Amino acid sequence: MKVAYWPGCVSRGFAPELHGAMARIAPLLDLELIELDRAACCGAGVLSEHNQELADTLNARTFALAQQTDGELMMNICSTCQGAQTECQERLDASAEYRALVNETLAGEGLVYETGLTNKNLLWLLVEEIGLETLRAKVRRPLTDLRVGPFYGCYIVRPVDRLGIDADRPRDTYLSRVIEALGGTVVEYAGMRKCCGFPIVTMNPETSLRQAGRHLGDAKDAHADCVVTPCPLCHLNLDLQQPMAERVVGREIGMPVLHLPQLVGLALGLSPKELGLQRHVVRPTAVVDWSTSVVAAVGA
Amino acid sequence: MAEPIAFTLRLRRYDPESGDAPFWAEHTIELEPHRSILDGILQAKARFDGSIAIRCSCQAAICGSCGVRINGRPGLACNTRLRDALRDAPDGVIEVEPMGNMPVIKDLVVDMDAVHWKKIRRVTPWLVAEEDGLPEREHLVDRDSMVDVTQAMACIQCGACVSDCLSMEADPLFVGPAAAAKAYRFVADPRDTQQLERLRDLAEDPHGIYDCTHCFTCIDACPKGVAPMNQIMRLRRRAADDHGIVDRNNGERHEAAFATLVRDRGLLHEAELLPRSYGGDSWLGKFHPAAGRVLLSSLPVVTKALLRGKVRPRVAVAGERLPREDRRHVQRIFDTVEGRPERLELNLYLSGVDEDGAGAAGRPPEGSETR
Repeated sequence: MKVAYWPGCVSRGFAPELHGAMARIAPLLDLELIELDRAACCGAGVLSEHNQELADTLNARTFALAQQTDGELMMNICSTCQGAQTECQERLDASAEYRALVNETLAGEGLVYETGLTNKNLLWLLVEEIGLETLRAKVRRPLTDLRVGPFYGCYIVRPVDRLGIDADRPRDTYLSRVIEALGGTVVEYAGMRKCCGFPIVTMNPETSLRQAGRHLGDAKDAHADCVVTPCPLCHLNLDLQQPMAERVVGREIGMPVLHLPQLVGLALGLSPKELGLQRHVVRPTAVVDWSTSVVAAVGA
Repeated sequence: MAEPIAFTLRLRRYDPESGDAPFWAEHTIELEPHRSILDGILQAKARFDGSIAIRCSCQAAICGSCGVRINGRPGLACNTRLRDALRDAPDGVIEVEPMGNMPVIKDLVVDMDAVHWKKIRRVTPWLVAEEDGLPEREHLVDRDSMVDVTQAMACIQCGACVSDCLSMEADPLFVGPAAAAKAYRFVADPRDTQQLERLRDLAEDPHGIYDCTHCFTCIDACPKGVAPMNQIMRLRRRAADDHGIVDRNNGERHEAAFATLVRDRGLLHEAELLPRSYGGDSWLGKFHPAAGRVLLSSLPVVTKALLRGKVRPRVAVAGERLPREDRRHVQRIFDTVEGRPERLELNLYLSGVDEDGAGAAGRPPEGSETR
């Protein structure tokens, strides 16, 4: 399957292991990635807070670039990109008049956004396009007995109407289904659909880090070996900032946080190093036996 | 007419004055599937246990009295149908709890005064008019100028958004979604004379508008489509962009720095965003004392990230950027949009969607109240 691939900013900035892991698992999933390397930042909700039309136009440009490729759909690997882009797309698709105005701005470089583009996070794509049966069949090293806590990120679970979450497409349960398909054990905990706090880390660091620390603590109390997230911004607060979050909540946590493609990659037989797991701030020693580069839970 | 069928309700019971711990009580009621959770609770109260406490009045989603959590989600007991709640109940039993973020008085009744109303009072929830004494005649406003506030005015003060606000859960002092939406209702009212003061107050408060994490919980919680988070974003837009309020919480600087970096590079550059959010929106921002303090305190984290190869030195210093040609296009988009005489904002709550509009995420829209 060929997809127009939007990696986002953070996966090429402070979480390069995510972009790298995605590139590694793509061929194993028979995914051909056409990278949208000319597209701009989705705005992460901040640009639309500043000026809605600006965020809508920048994302319309991204959608138009995706529509120029021969990809079947557009794929992203960031909950925040998914949410921010879906919000813009909702407005663009709601009004022909507004769309025409935005397209007028894009006309300068010969681009036009037409309705009908499908934009899916890797998580949605795994379940809805590739399918869990196919994924299960591709597993070479099942995550047996590995206890994995899902962490979704706000932008991919709310608002439910905009994101198309309903009884037919329970997208707010997909992480659990993927973990199961990979052979892991799902650990549900109170904070799994809550906010990591990242958006206010510069405005109110204590509240921000308290959120990250509490959810990680909840996961630990539920005996998770690690947490997995489809959102690199959550990863920044949960992994990069975990030492600071530990200080705010006053407890040691040491919870490894994996990007979704890393967890998939481990089950598909890739080595932790290929997936960039050594780059995390919290070493995933509980997940990976470093001496043999085999998922510890599998045993010998 | 549908026949009554059996539904089992699992109610959270608690009487703080009894000294006993909270407990769950299950009651099986019989009602038509289209009837409400409130109807179910009232039947349980009438048939099985008169001591069940719940607040209610209009039973028509107008008075805002019966806010509860149903299967873990906030909403009104009176406008949630039994059949819909049953569909969302994992084990076939409909679970009803009191709202969160507020102390329980008894069973499903929470202390709205202690949290919700206190926060509403904090935002001066009335019109501050110009005149001293009685005006000579009524204040006439242009109809169009009031359309913008109708969404915020739809609030019925039920507290559902307050119940599940994730920022308030971590910071009980946060002004919260309901009060912020109420504040916007007056900030955007052309008759109010204290708009700048209201905005400065909420921007400078460390628990004000910049304490919202943008988690969308209040948007899903609200039974009336108020979308409190969107009203908070409007408050920020007015504070930072219309009034240029540079707050002590780095809210304005963060937004300005974000926009400048995307304009210059096409992509975000996290290593520049942080210092600029603290020290000011220029390359020199990192040398500002405020930025210096923060950078120093985050040095252990940054060093670790560099050592692990998580953040590559080249990315930390130079950052990623789009090719020159694309940067030029992005800058032209900024120039065009920001050069408009008025900022454009499409509020789907007010405008609805075109009849042929295909919904985002590949799903057709469901009527005009798309939030």
